[in-house]
Amino acid sequence: MKPTSSQFKKSARVALVDPDLQRAMGFIKTGFVEKRRAAVERLPEFDALRRSARGIKEHTLQNLDFYLEAFEERVIANGGQVHWANTPQQACDIVLGICRRAGAKRVTKGKSMVGEEIAINEALEGAGFEAIETDLGEYIIQLAEEPPSHIIAPAVHKTKSQITELFHKHHARYGYTERQTEVPGLVDEARQVLRGKFLSADVGITGANFLVAETGSTVIVTNEGNGDLTNTLPPVHIVTAGIEKVVPTREDVSTLLRVLARSATGQEMSVYTTFSTGPRRQNDLDGPTEFHVVLLDNGRSQMLGNEFHAMLRCIRCGACMNHCPVYQGIGGHAYGWVYVGPMGAVLTPLMVGLDQAGDLPNACTLNGRCQEVCPMGIELPAMLRQLRRRQYQNRQTSAVSRMALAAWSFLARRPRLYRRVLGAAVASLAWLARVRGRGRFRHMLFAGGWTCARDLPAPQGASFQNQWRKRRQGNQS
Amino acid sequence: MTSDATSSSRNDTPSIRVGLFVTCLVDLMRPNVGFAAVKLLENAGCRVEVPELQSCCGQPAYNSGDFSDSQRIARQVIAAFEPYDYLVAPSGSCAGMIKEHYPQLFATDAGWRNRAQQLAGRSYELVSFLHDVRGVAELGVARTGSVTYHDSCSGLRELGIHGQPRALLGKISGLELREMTDSNVCCGFGGTFCIKYPKISEHLVSNKVADIADTGADTLLGGDLGCLLNIAGRIKREGRATKVYHVAEVLAGMTDVPAIGDAELPDGAT
Repeated sequence: MKPTSSQFKKSARVALVDPDLQRAMGFIKTGFVEKRRAAVERLPEFDALRRSARGIKEHTLQNLDFYLEAFEERVIANGGQVHWANTPQQACDIVLGICRRAGAKRVTKGKSMVGEEIAINEALEGAGFEAIETDLGEYIIQLAEEPPSHIIAPAVHKTKSQITELFHKHHARYGYTERQTEVPGLVDEARQVLRGKFLSADVGITGANFLVAETGSTVIVTNEGNGDLTNTLPPVHIVTAGIEKVVPTREDVSTLLRVLARSATGQEMSVYTTFSTGPRRQNDLDGPTEFHVVLLDNGRSQMLGNEFHAMLRCIRCGACMNHCPVYQGIGGHAYGWVYVGPMGAVLTPLMVGLDQAGDLPNACTLNGRCQEVCPMGIELPAMLRQLRRRQYQNRQTSAVSRMALAAWSFLARRPRLYRRVLGAAVASLAWLARVRGRGRFRHMLFAGGWTCARDLPAPQGASFQNQWRKRRQGNQS
Repeated sequence: MTSDATSSSRNDTPSIRVGLFVTCLVDLMRPNVGFAAVKLLENAGCRVEVPELQSCCGQPAYNSGDFSDSQRIARQVIAAFEPYDYLVAPSGSCAGMIKEHYPQLFATDAGWRNRAQQLAGRSYELVSFLHDVRGVAELGVARTGSVTYHDSCSGLRELGIHGQPRALLGKISGLELREMTDSNVCCGFGGTFCIKYPKISEHLVSNKVADIADTGADTLLGGDLGCLLNIAGRIKREGRATKVYHVAEVLAGMTDVPAIGDAELPDGAT
């Protein structure tokens, strides 16, 4: 998708007054934050587990070339193929080439954030293939022609009644003319429609939560079982994954899975965990006849070893966005690209360009809750600050804010002048408040950013420093 | 400096020398918090001085990506406070800047990094200093009514301040502490964030004010003036009656001044 992150401010304003979105976002607190908290409480060794999970990812990143090559060797030994893509365009071309060679018409898809990153649906449809999302949330937003608003709950911004209308509009042609207004009815209808697609698909595309170097397996976790129908029924299975997804062993995967599910949904384990290891073997009863893994770089290798290195540890659990008060307020679409919330505010500028996404690193209070809950201990606030530093160095910040900052710094570096200038300023503000008999200002020139949302409490009077000096002089004389 | 401190104890003055980092917001907006800090520190057996060469900790520049001005300001703070046994600030945000971020600011400058680390090791937020370092057990303060406490983010997550203010508030006879929902969630201040993204900030602070109102407490307390100015401003804008004070003012029994954003003296004050 074309990034719309440059429209952030406007999109956020609209989102904040959208009653349906605000109602839907209420789920984040009850559905994710509370459940994660309870799951962590039930597991006293969660922090130790988190540390070992982090160690596994860090070790792998330190030896990324080795584990990626080991993974490739095992995939080939299993009878599969590995394709390396530097850019989203290359990744799409590889996938389209495989689909064409397979003579495919219909392609089913499991949920894949790399799929979103490379915009594979648009590419498939543009090339004349029918692409069908099979994860319920992804299916909903595909019908609505919207991007995901959350990395694990892509349709979290939709209310039930919006989904009722969406299904009513799109499912009539399959003979479902009655409006389903309850969750079981909606799920059942989607399941019936998708069943036919699963059985007639020529290619299945999934993402990967992990790639296992020792076995050449790709691993996905789902709660709906749609991933299994996508990767076993069609004759061709394509996996799209970022290069940072590789881990050394199955044992490592099991550690990471325990951290992932708890951080994401508060589950002990996701309902389905599936290892795909090569195409169907001679005596297998089912499975694809072709198995392809498309490994995407798209800027990741640039992040290795620089100040954003730790971002490659991200396992896409969504805990950072679930706990972000800004995300909870504005939802995912305002971020303007496929990755949202704090992790998106770091990744989007790095992947689509800081000039395209200048608001994202700034629209954050640096409250640190994302880092606190991140199972991988990624210092997201520090990274956002580093992006601000790049903006400042590249002069990508507004002239007004640069001037205000420069004036402040000029005074701050000259404490005596600072005391005289600002001491006089607050004393006159305090006087103004006093003669009006009020302790606050409703409006103030040059402070509209503050007073449009709240009153400005008046200063008490003379500054502390000026009062302190005066008292000391009084004591000495 | 330690020897200096020891020698001064001989002539019956407190041996612990604290340099008070006033913070720019307390200095300019709410001096009463600074005087409350002085009183609390003196009662805890410290000799308090206010180094003249201080202004701001440099956080506005740091969080705006201007690391070089931030370094210049940090050097000034380090030099001014090096002579003291402790640096104490009535703000988790500024103390966090000095303790956590100054050493990082000089990652590539061994000399200043060392000085920053030395100072970081002796720098504290006021309430945690009183509780953890000075072991304050009695305040000699009474107050009727109910309060609720907002955990400001930097103090909570960078410095682990959570139990200390509650423990000290528990020593005030007659005071009832009512916990709010999500006391650990950001109020939407965020420094320049609140004026750059006022609508998002308004959403966050409105949620905070609703959580505060739900407790029914008559007073909101917190340890960071930035957050308190934001929340008090919103409380006033919504026409609510909750009073807002910095926790130091209550701990010191110095609430005989109008609450933040008020012109009138609180009930019962003379």
